[in-house]
Amino acid sequence: MPLDHSPLAHHFRDLDQQHEAATLGMWIFLSTELMVFGALFTGYTVYRAAYHAEFAAASALLHIGIAGINTIVLLTSSLTMVLAVHGVRQGRRQLVVRCLIATAVLGTTFLVLKVFEYHGDYRDGLVPGLSFQDQEWLSHDPPLKPGAVKLFLFCYYAMTGLHALHLLIGIGMIAVLTWQTARGRYTPYSFNPVEVGGLYWHFVDVVWLFLLPLLYLVGPRGG
Amino acid sequence: MEPAMPARGYVMVFLALVGLTAATVGLAYLDLGPWHATVGLTIAGIKALLIALYFMHVRHATGLVRVFAVVGLFWLGILMALTITDYATRAWLL
Repeated sequence: MPLDHSPLAHHFRDLDQQHEAATLGMWIFLSTELMVFGALFTGYTVYRAAYHAEFAAASALLHIGIAGINTIVLLTSSLTMVLAVHGVRQGRRQLVVRCLIATAVLGTTFLVLKVFEYHGDYRDGLVPGLSFQDQEWLSHDPPLKPGAVKLFLFCYYAMTGLHALHLLIGIGMIAVLTWQTARGRYTPYSFNPVEVGGLYWHFVDVVWLFLLPLLYLVGPRGG
Repeated sequence: MEPAMPARGYVMVFLALVGLTAATVGLAYLDLGPWHATVGLTIAGIKALLIALYFMHVRHATGLVRVFAVVGLFWLGILMALTITDYATRAWLL
């Protein structure tokens, strides 16, 4: 099949080197992303050590059911994503398109469930400035500092919010990859955007895998 | 470019990940005292390792890619170590 240009850019020795360069580039970017989330995680760790009782109490009120389902949703999306990368190496265009669409749908499902979860948090008095009641925490046994509880909630919204933003951008990226795949842009020799897009998607998944125990499972949950 | 491993391998890794997620949530309902964080983070670390090695193809990657994959953790380690020891050794900071 004639291409209007070679998939090998002139400054690379061969396709393998070009593929490695693209992979390295994405890993560098993921390292910077790791530092962004890592800074939030570090701040959270310091405050959790200082106010463990408040953090454990607030954490127990988060919706672990939705979080658990969302974890499975994201893990499934990682599977469909890696199957898309696997398919593009074999030149199976239709399979790739289906897997990418499935990945985007699962990512969107996560975000929709997140909206329901945030709404539930609002109804449970867990949004500082909107539905949060200081008195509810002061009359706890033993009394808890409302300020420290709000600190946990700020961390929770900041970390899950930043993650959700990354997921949204990822879904946009998947949409572009799907469109380009359907147009026949990728071949078994030239598919780097799909592979590095996959790396980004898996990274976003891994971030969530750490958010789950850190935010939702601070202490034991009652049955 | 031939694929690194058969599709069936990815499904098996996925099933392991789902199992570990069930373990994470299930263990939270037991009373592990001060061990909740350690257990949860350890399982998360195993899941992250599985995703990195198999879904992100680090297992079959060149040495240079592997270095780039882990070096971010090194910098993150500096960030966390210096910050946490700063707070841990100065009682008047918090």
